[in-house]
Amino acid sequence: MALNTARRSARRGRSRFTRRDLVVLGLLLGIPVLLDIAIVWGPTLASVVLSFTSWDGVGSIKWVGTQNYANLFTNYPPFWPAVRHNLLWLGFLGLVSVPFGLLLAVLIDRGVRFSRFYQSTLYMPVVLSLAVVGFIAQLVFSRDQGVLNAIIGNTKNPTDWLGDPKLNIWMILLAAAWRHTGYVMILYLAGLKAVDPSLKEAAAIDGASEAQTFFRVVFPTLRPVNVIVGVITVIESLRAFDIVYAVNHGRNGLEVLSVLVTDNIIGEASRIGFGSAIAVVLLVVSMGFVVTYLVQEIRGEKSR
Amino acid sequence: MTVDTAPPPTAVPASAPAVRRRGLRPGRIGVHVFLMGVSIAFLAPLLLAVYASLRPYDETSKYGYFSLPRHLSFQYYKEAFSDSGMTKYFVNTLIIAVPGVIITLFLAAFVAFAVSRLKMRGGIVLLMLFTAGNLLPQQVIVTPLYVVFNRIPLPYWMSDSMTMFDSYWAVILVQVGFQLGFCVFVLANFMRTLPQEILEAAIVDGAGVWTQFWRITLPLCRPAIAALCTLEFTWMYNDFLWALVFMSDGDKLPITSALNNLRGEFFTDYNLLAAGSVIVALPTLVVFLLLQRHFIAGLTLGSSK
Repeated sequence: MALNTARRSARRGRSRFTRRDLVVLGLLLGIPVLLDIAIVWGPTLASVVLSFTSWDGVGSIKWVGTQNYANLFTNYPPFWPAVRHNLLWLGFLGLVSVPFGLLLAVLIDRGVRFSRFYQSTLYMPVVLSLAVVGFIAQLVFSRDQGVLNAIIGNTKNPTDWLGDPKLNIWMILLAAAWRHTGYVMILYLAGLKAVDPSLKEAAAIDGASEAQTFFRVVFPTLRPVNVIVGVITVIESLRAFDIVYAVNHGRNGLEVLSVLVTDNIIGEASRIGFGSAIAVVLLVVSMGFVVTYLVQEIRGEKSR
Repeated sequence: MTVDTAPPPTAVPASAPAVRRRGLRPGRIGVHVFLMGVSIAFLAPLLLAVYASLRPYDETSKYGYFSLPRHLSFQYYKEAFSDSGMTKYFVNTLIIAVPGVIITLFLAAFVAFAVSRLKMRGGIVLLMLFTAGNLLPQQVIVTPLYVVFNRIPLPYWMSDSMTMFDSYWAVILVQVGFQLGFCVFVLANFMRTLPQEILEAAIVDGAGVWTQFWRITLPLCRPAIAALCTLEFTWMYNDFLWALVFMSDGDKLPITSALNNLRGEFFTDYNLLAAGSVIVALPTLVVFLLLQRHFIAGLTLGSSK
């Protein structure tokens, strides 16, 4: 029944459009949709197809089945370190940046003085390019000229923060978290502003402590924000590229998947099929999260 | 919606000392010490870059970073501008970002309008198509585009490489295509909050789709458009990957990628690098400080409904 009326109103809607309307609609909907397909979805599909071929970008395209994937998993030394680094990235942002951003948002939301100053300062790094963050990280962590070594005073026997493959990923994670924390904080601040104050009052009247109020009353209402923060954190961790590329082109302890893709296609080798296989691994992982998120969105849409 | 705090009830004007003292309980002081500490830690890398960029390399290498300055100058900024041609790269960035932002917003606004105001069938599908596209990792689409762009010929007046590859068109197109998703998502959410009656009144008056969009809906979206404008400009300005992959001619690179030129092969003058970083970061920082409200609104518009 509901479907019926919807269809009828849609039909009535269609007859509402004049010929000129249809031209406008066709053009202004057509261009962006075509662009989205040509730039985003078409290439995504093409990547999947190319990942089953051995292609160098020039010669003929030869089908090799899952050979690229087999090579990738067993015979490509940088692959597993890159996967580990991407996971580490996710873990670090998720377990350090996100809780820290939430804490800062909660503190600022309580209405301390100078809150505008704190807010502005804390999310200032968000506007910086990740590439610039990478360069600033070099100023701080570089072995001979870096500030960190100067602060801790070991200029005699300097630590190579960005050169030591055991250490450098952690320094890069700090730099990435510097930027991500501010982003998380803004989102939570916006979410906290939207929480109905009467909820908190009711909890206070019932004798709940501040911590109880937060975890039992406020935090559950932040669910939509939590989902967004989660998606952004996953996406950021999978996309990680600019910082490591700016520091050392993602080598020597800073391998990440996105760098491997870029290396394989624009490097001298131009192993397009193989590079695509790495990209598809990224795609599969991120699609899991994207779909979860979209399902939630559609549900919200229906209940609206 | 902004994150600006209205003065909270506890923060009373400075002319009421008695009440203010009550606001400074030990817990409060702890919070301030903590927030101040974190703020300083967040600002430190930037301040450091500024400080380093103003001092000659010899001086910092001799006396260390935390010595008092004996000699402050803008020499490194001059050098960054003259030696590496920062001005040219700035112009390159604008050539990409300005049309990029305008086209993206115009197209996204219409899609959002169609999806949220015209009650079209398949609207949700369209919305999902765009939103999900924006969430994909860039590297997934890079390879095929790289191949295709290399094969699309362009006349010389459009691209001196005679192909789509290594031209501004490629980067602008990818920016628009990729950023459409986010803008559609945000604008559709915003337009849904506008009262439907305004549109219905216009339809009764015989307004066509274009009038409904351009004259009636768009003016009401000014806050959302302003927010997205700020945000998208920052993002396109900051982009690093697209130009890196789709351009081979160093002279066309946008400013973020050009930073790499300041790095020597064997010896890197970190003070010069600091000056370069400050130059690159300055425009987005200024945009942020001037248009803070819009910037934050853009980030949060899509998330809290």
